[in-house]
Amino acid sequence: MSTIYFQKQPRIVGWYSVAGKKESEGPLGKTFSRIEKDEYFGEKTHECAERKLFVTAIEGAIQAAGIEPEIVFAGDLLNQIVSASFAMRDVGLPFVGMYGACSTMALSLINAATFIEAGAAHTTVAAAGSHFATAERQYRTPLEFGNQRPPTSQWTVTGAGATVLSDTKKSPYAVTCATVGRVIDYGVKDVNNMGAAMAPAAADTLERHFINTKTKPADYDAIFSGDLGQIGEEALRDLLKERGYDLGDRYYDCGKLVYAVQQKVDMGGSGCGCSAVTLNGFIMDKFKRGDYHKVLFMATGALLSPTTCFQGETIPGIANAVVIEEVTE
Amino acid sequence: MDRQQYAEYIKKISPKSKIGWSLVRAFIVGGLICLLGEGLGALYQMWLPGYDQTQIGSLVSCSLILIAAILTGIGVYDKIGYFSGGGSIVPITGFSNSITSAAMEFRKEGIIFGTCANMFKIAGPVIVVGVAVAMLCGLGYFIVGLFL
Repeated sequence: MSTIYFQKQPRIVGWYSVAGKKESEGPLGKTFSRIEKDEYFGEKTHECAERKLFVTAIEGAIQAAGIEPEIVFAGDLLNQIVSASFAMRDVGLPFVGMYGACSTMALSLINAATFIEAGAAHTTVAAAGSHFATAERQYRTPLEFGNQRPPTSQWTVTGAGATVLSDTKKSPYAVTCATVGRVIDYGVKDVNNMGAAMAPAAADTLERHFINTKTKPADYDAIFSGDLGQIGEEALRDLLKERGYDLGDRYYDCGKLVYAVQQKVDMGGSGCGCSAVTLNGFIMDKFKRGDYHKVLFMATGALLSPTTCFQGETIPGIANAVVIEEVTE
Repeated sequence: MDRQQYAEYIKKISPKSKIGWSLVRAFIVGGLICLLGEGLGALYQMWLPGYDQTQIGSLVSCSLILIAAILTGIGVYDKIGYFSGGGSIVPITGFSNSITSAAMEFRKEGIIFGTCANMFKIAGPVIVVGVAVAMLCGLGYFIVGLFL
């Protein structure tokens, strides 16, 4: 499949990001719509807190847009995507659950834009989020267990982001095209090195996107990958160099942006929330200030589960890319 | 890059654990825990002159387990673990931490299906392997004994 072009240019009319304490202390802290310092968000469990992050982000984005949407596309990392679906009990809108591991923000955005393109809806919402504590419990060890994290590990972002798309011309920022990722597996087995597992998929999506759209890295004000972290970022740069593309200094990884080095997160941030809060905070902020006019936003996901890991499977990766640009008309 | 080359490439660019400094930290913290155990042993010996060495040993183990469980509960042990790695995992306190942390983590799913079902999630394999190896050693000891 080639790249999807959105002739109707679905506009980003509202966006909202809510992030946790650690994220608020990072370099992007000021760009988030709301900071929630309590890891429980006033709820009984971390899982409930994650749901509340979703509700907060989606309702915040709808309020910012000022248009009532018809359908929500959202997903998270927990089994059976319970955070997104349980949050929809409170939101009350028709819901399509998405799963693309940490690439979910871009995946939701692509689907939300496609529904508008197809004329199935006028206004749609795309959302994704994650919580450090729930991800640790599902994929790793209990929070109070006293072990050391390997230096290649990443830190799951606590936060959620939501974007409202509309077929009105209320905003100049549009989703103009998107490239859906292929599942690529280069045989990485180390669950503590997700960046390495995802980088080949990211390289594949970017290369196909550049070929399909006949663009090159320099045609974008910025290119973002979701949560490759330090190793994944380096690997993506080198993999693309091999294929004749130099990403240069316009390329950033949300996972590397979201935390500062002294925050002890090893290779950087990860999780669905990582790219979601960066898009609905930092990136849209830059658009609003006029610093960006055309951005390639590519969220990356490692499609593993604890079961597949214990059964000795390698980690397949996926990357979904979306172009967001300021359009004149 | 094919899969093989990629694996080598990733190995090259991935940062390695700083073994030298980690060993020093593990040695210091592990040593301090053992020192605490020895100190407690000496104290108990003084307070309870009627107890023999085995009983004192059991008391010391129980005390260390309790201390580690409390430190886990108040959120300190994971910080010690982050600093010292194996130094605080290998002693009996690490065992206590692995059980307490799992018990706390799964408390939200209820006492039976949460805490009881999951508290040996990390420590369980250690116990199983320990028992299995002990059986194998015992069997070896028995067989060797037949010929001596």
